[in-house]
Amino acid sequence: MMSNHHTPTDQAAIEVENLVTHYGSTRILNNIDMQVSTGEIMVIMGGSGSGKSTLLRYMLGLHEATSGSIKLLGQDITEINAEEMDELRKNMGVSFQGGALFNSMTVGENVCLPLREHTHLDENTIQIMGRMKLSVVNLGGFEDLMPAQLSGGMIKRAALARAIVMDPKLLFFDEPSAGLDPVAAAELDDLILRIRKALNTTIVVVTHDLDSTFRIADRITVLDKGDILMIGTVEEVRNSDNERIQSLLNREARHIEIDADEYIKELTGQKS
Amino acid sequence: MQKISDSPVSFEIDDEQGYLIVRFAGEIDLYGTPHAREVILNCVKSDRNTVIDLSAVTYIDSSGVASLVEGYQLAKTNQLEFGLINTSEAVMNVLQLAHLDKVFSIHASLNERLQAS
Repeated sequence: MMSNHHTPTDQAAIEVENLVTHYGSTRILNNIDMQVSTGEIMVIMGGSGSGKSTLLRYMLGLHEATSGSIKLLGQDITEINAEEMDELRKNMGVSFQGGALFNSMTVGENVCLPLREHTHLDENTIQIMGRMKLSVVNLGGFEDLMPAQLSGGMIKRAALARAIVMDPKLLFFDEPSAGLDPVAAAELDDLILRIRKALNTTIVVVTHDLDSTFRIADRITVLDKGDILMIGTVEEVRNSDNERIQSLLNREARHIEIDADEYIKELTGQKS
Repeated sequence: MQKISDSPVSFEIDDEQGYLIVRFAGEIDLYGTPHAREVILNCVKSDRNTVIDLSAVTYIDSSGVASLVEGYQLAKTNQLEFGLINTSEAVMNVLQLAHLDKVFSIHASLNERLQAS
C-alpha cells in the first residue's frame, strides 16, 4: 500500500537525537533518534508502557530530558529559554486525548482562545477564523454550545479546531481515536489528512489504533520499553519479521520476561 | 508596490475596467493580515467593485482568508462585486479546507472574470 499521496520535503521539522529520559530513577526512553520531515505524518505506536506518550510530552517541551536534544523547526527545545519556547508554541498545535476543552467556555470561545491569547487580530477576524475552523471539522454552527452538550467525537473535533486555529506548522495528537466509534475515528483520520494536504502541516500522532495508523501514516516509529524497534513506512512495518512488532500488529499479549534477581530487588526496594 | 513597514505584505491598487484590483505580494499571515484587512475593507467601503489578485502572495493563513471573508460579506451587503483572481494551488488548498472555494467568485484573471460576467 502506498502512503497518503503526499510527498513530504526532506527538510526535518522535528529532530530527536540521543534522547534519554527518566522518571525518578527509572529510565523511560533510551537514546531515541527520530526525524520527522516537513509535511510528514509520523505515527508513534507501541504497547502500554512503551514510552510513546512520554516521547510526545518531551517533544512538547513539557518535561526536561536527562540528555539528548529535541529540535522543533530548527530550535533545540532543551536549550531555549521560556520566552523562546512560548514563541515556538505559537507554531504548535496539540490535540490531547480527552479534548481538554474548558467546560466554562462555549465551543467558539474555546476554539478562539489561542488567537485571543497570542495575537492582536481584530475581533471580527478572530470570530471568522474560529467559525472557519469549526466548519473544517464539520462543527459549523456549533460555536455557541457548551462542551458538555457535545458527544465524545464532537469534543475531539472541537479540540482539533482549537489546535489548528493558529495554522500551526507542527500538530501533535495524543490517541486521537481513543473512545471513538470506528466511523468517527475514520472521519477524524480523514480530517488529519485534509489538514496536512491543505496546510503542509507536520503531524505527529501517538496511537495504539492500528487501523488509524495504517490510514494516515507516512512513516511509523515503533517503540517498545523505551527503545525504538523500528522506523519505517506502513509497508515496511507490516512486513517486518521482528517478533515484537508482529505481536503488536497481531494484538498478541506480550510475554513478560522476569529476571528473578532483578524482580526481587524491585519488590524489596533495592536498587540494582 | 506599496510596502507597509514592519509587515510581510505589500500591495498596489489599480483601477481597471470598473474594478479596483488589489495586488498583494508577500505573506498574508498573523502579522500581515491587519494591514491586508484594512486595505481590503477600505476598497469595498469606497463603494467599488473589488478584485483581489493573489498571484504574488507566497503564503496566506486563516487570518488572511478571514479578511477575504469579511471583504466578501461587506461587498455583498453593499451589493458590490468581490472576487479573487490568480489564486495559487496553495491558496486554493486553504480555501478548499474551509469550504470557501464554493463561496468566492474565483477566476484565473481579470479578463476571464469579465468574460464570465
